[in-house]
Parts: sequence; structure tokens; C-alpha cells
Amino acid sequence: MTSRVMWMLRDSWVEAERHLRIIPRNIELLIFAAIQPIMFLVLFVYVFGGSIVIPGFDDYDQFLMPGIFAQTLVFGSAFTGIGLADDLQKGLVDRLRSLPMSRSAVIVGRTVSDLVRNLFTFAVMIAVALAIGFRFTGGAWNAVAATVLLVLFSYALSWVQAIIGLSVTSVEAANSAGFIWMFPLTFVSSAFVDPSTMPGWLRTVADANPFTLVTDAARALYNGNPVGNDAWWSLAWSVGLIAVFSALATRKFSRSTSG
Amino acid sequence: MRGVVKRFGETLALDGVDLTVPTGSVYGLLGPNGAGKTTSVRVLTTLLTPDAGEARIDGIDVVADPHAVRRRIGLTGQYAAVEERLTARENLDYVGRLFHLPRSRVKQRATDLLERFDLADAADRVVKGFSGGMRRRLDIAMSLIAEPSVLFLDEPTTGLDPRSRLGMWDVISELAADGTTVLLTTQYLEEADRLAEQIVVIDHGRVIAEGTPEQLKSRIGGAMLSVRIARPENRERALGALSPLCTGQVEVSPDDVAFSAPIIAGDGVVPGVIRALDDAGVDVLDVEVRKPSLDDVFLVLTGHTAGSEEES
Repeated sequence: MTSRVMWMLRDSWVEAERHLRIIPRNIELLIFAAIQPIMFLVLFVYVFGGSIVIPGFDDYDQFLMPGIFAQTLVFGSAFTGIGLADDLQKGLVDRLRSLPMSRSAVIVGRTVSDLVRNLFTFAVMIAVALAIGFRFTGGAWNAVAATVLLVLFSYALSWVQAIIGLSVTSVEAANSAGFIWMFPLTFVSSAFVDPSTMPGWLRTVADANPFTLVTDAARALYNGNPVGNDAWWSLAWSVGLIAVFSALATRKFSRSTSG
Repeated sequence: MRGVVKRFGETLALDGVDLTVPTGSVYGLLGPNGAGKTTSVRVLTTLLTPDAGEARIDGIDVVADPHAVRRRIGLTGQYAAVEERLTARENLDYVGRLFHLPRSRVKQRATDLLERFDLADAADRVVKGFSGGMRRRLDIAMSLIAEPSVLFLDEPTTGLDPRSRLGMWDVISELAADGTTVLLTTQYLEEADRLAEQIVVIDHGRVIAEGTPEQLKSRIGGAMLSVRIARPENRERALGALSPLCTGQVEVSPDDVAFSAPIIAGDGVVPGVIRALDDAGVDVLDVEVRKPSLDDVFLVLTGHTAGSEEES
């Protein structure tokens, strides 16, 4: 058993290394990966910033920016599905499945390397946020805790994206299918506005959305507000999603072949 | 592989395929698109689980112990399955580590294989800029990193230009000379003829012929004869005239004016055919003797052309 876990970790690392090696070689991709969240940050803050008032927040920016952090990290999960669809289309999945390696390592390696890339994007975004006036008023440790919650939730969604990437037949489809549900997920939530201003039915959806829970928890921690049980609940959501979807994705991988 | 059946929904992809590949030989699996070649390879390489029958590699059952099978095989699929953002050497290193070989051994094997497959100069270049032939060579090198006892080559020359195809044939011939067991699938009779010691022809998921290239060719005949006559009512007379000259069954087109059959090529064949038809009182429009194509093989072996069955 232990040797199987060791093999899984080793194979996962070999897989993760394949993707990580490529990152510094593709500077263009890295630059664009950083530009998009910066653009979102700047656009939202300066376009909506002046006209929205949130009860309990003197400064909308302090409310909004954690929402954008959360959205950006969640969007980053889509790369997992796109990458796997690419491997599948190029016949690499067939090759990997014919190797004496751990079945789950291909997806573990992929999700972990995507996590690293996501952290890079996040770091750039935080730097820009600080430059345009965002403050961690809850202190450093709370900020770290908030970041962990957001990153973990994004990692959990990577596993959902893995299934999507292995289910579609082309990279283009993986791209559309990976992003399309991210919009309602992140907009019908507390990320940008207070859900109490939404029509009743939409508000129900927003309140039930786990993304609302995670965003609220992270926002409270960043701003030093009381977080209540939100942090534990969002942790539970992430762990639950990882448990369920890692099993499903590994099963899906073991059955996928190109064409 | 014994009695292997694989179904995809309504389609019966493999309908009881028996296949025995002797060690140290190049074995050709020949058939048209959709015949079941790739499905056979996928069952043998543990990518698909058969619905019935059994398959073994080195005596190990592919369903019962897929992990042990995977340690003994190398697979080069229809696509050059390489990581194009890494260099050739990094690709070899990557696959070697996934085989759990010691680092030093991977390094040594990678250097040897790059040399052997004529990729030493391009070893540290990113694969993205490689030609189709170079990718294929790298792909095969990756399959050989752990010195597999069986190498599966699924249509290794499909999509290659003629020059790269010749290069690939040299590579495969060398592998055979070194004693690697190779299962090669192809749509090209010429390719199987050139590389394989033993050929199995499959169609609609069944083995329809088996033998050495010479044995198969003798069943097909040295050449194919095609004849067109002017009037369909002369069908029987033309058949009577042609049958003694041909080495196999004479196939007649539905409109009763076109005939084809295997024949021994040689001097005087065409005049002989014309004379025989003339003596029988049949007006001839066209006589042609040509090398057999894969379609002819199927025509002779199955009574239908490779593609026609799917339409009906």
C-alpha cells in the first residue's frame, strides 16, 4: 500500500514537472495569464467602484477585490480541463495509459502544476491590488488563511474541470465547456454585489452557491471581520469536492482513449 | 489473443479474433479502416477491456494483470504521442521515469536511442519544430526506452510523406534485425509485405487470412486483371473464357460488364486474354493488368472491396 502511494506521488511529480518545465519557456502565455486578472481588477474597481455601495463596507474596493481574487482563481481551474483535452487529442493519454504508472498521477500532476500557475497569477494580482489601494486589514495570518481557502476551492474545481476535459472530444470544446459555467457560478454570488439586492429566486441561488460561501469567508478574513462558520464550511466544500471528483476523474481517465 | 470480442454499442468491432505472435518477429496486422486493427492493439495494450475471449502478453493476461503487461510493452499509436513543448531528450527522460527506471539508465538509454533514431543533433530542441518523420522516430524511441518485449506500432507511417515512410521502414527493419517483437498494423499491403514475416488480414473484426507475404500473394495472384466488355448478355461467355486464365475467383460487377480476377503477370498475358475473349465471341472494350492493391486483396479474400460493405 505504502509503495503504491509512493509510486503515485513520484509519478505525479514527473507529470507536474512536465508542465512546470514548460512555464518559463512560454513567457507570452505567462504575461497574458497575468494581464487578464489585472484587467478585471482595474476595470471593476474603476468602472463599478464609484457607483456601488455595500452596507457594512465604507469602501467598495475592500468588498470587491476579494471577490475578484476568488473569481480569478476559480477561472484558473479551467486550464486543467483544457490541458487534459489536449493530451487526449494528441494521443498522449493513450500512451500514458499504456505505461506502468499510477492512474491518478496524470491528473494529480496536472492539477498541482495548474495550482502553481494559479498562485503565480494570484501573486501578481495581489501586488496590483495593493498598488491601487487594497489593504489586508485583518492582518497577515488572516490573509494567508483567506488565500488558502480560495486556492483550495479553485483546486477542488480543477478536478471537476478534469472530468470535463476528459469528456469532450476537442480542445476547443474543453475551452467553452470549462469556462461557460464559471460565469453564473461567480456572478450569481456575493463576489461583486450583496445578494440581498437580487430578485428573490436569484438570491436563493446566490445564497446556496458554495462560491458565495468561500468568497464571504475569504472576504471576512481579509478585512478582519467576524467569519463565523463560513471558513469551516468552505473548507468542507473543497475537501468534499476533491474527494468525490478525484475518484470520478480517475475513473474517467482509466477509460478515456483518443478517437 | 484468443476469441477476443469487443463491442461498441451496436457495432461489433472484434468478432472473435485469434492472433499468435511469435517472439522476435515482425507481425503485420493488415486491414482497411474500421476493420478492427486499432481495437486489437488497444485490447493488447490494456487500453480496452475485451467483452469476451482472452489476451496474453508473455503469458500474462491483459485483464488480470494489466500493470505487469504495461511493463513489458511499448505502444506507438496513430498519433505521434509526444509532448511537443519539451525537447526530444526531455520526452525520453519523462517516459523513462514513468517506467520507474533508474535515472542513470534513463539517461544512457535516451542517449543511445537519440543516436540510433538519428535525432542526436535535434536532441535538445523543442519537439514543436520537428517534422512528421522526426516526431514518429521520437515516438518509437519513447516506446523503446524500457526495452519492451513487444512493440506495438499502430499505422506508423500513416500521414507521412514518401521519404519519411521509407526512413520509417528502415527503422522498423532494424528493430526486427535486433530481435524486437513487433506487432505492426497497416493499411498498406506494400508496407506489410516489406516488413512483416507473418501477416494476418482482418476485416469486420474477423481474421480472414493468415500467412507469410508470399503465401498471401500466391492466394491473390501476382497481378490483377480487369476487363470491360461491350454487352452484358456476354457475361457467361466472358466468364468461361477468363476463368481458365486466372488464378482465382473471377468477380463480376453488378452491371455484368466489368470483370476482375487475380492472374499471373508475364509476357503475352494481355494478348492471351484478348484472344480468348475474341475466340468466345465477346467484344472487349478494355483490358488491364496491374499490381494488386489492398482493395484487390480484399476483393479476392472476401468477395467485396474494402469500402463497399459499409455502404450496403
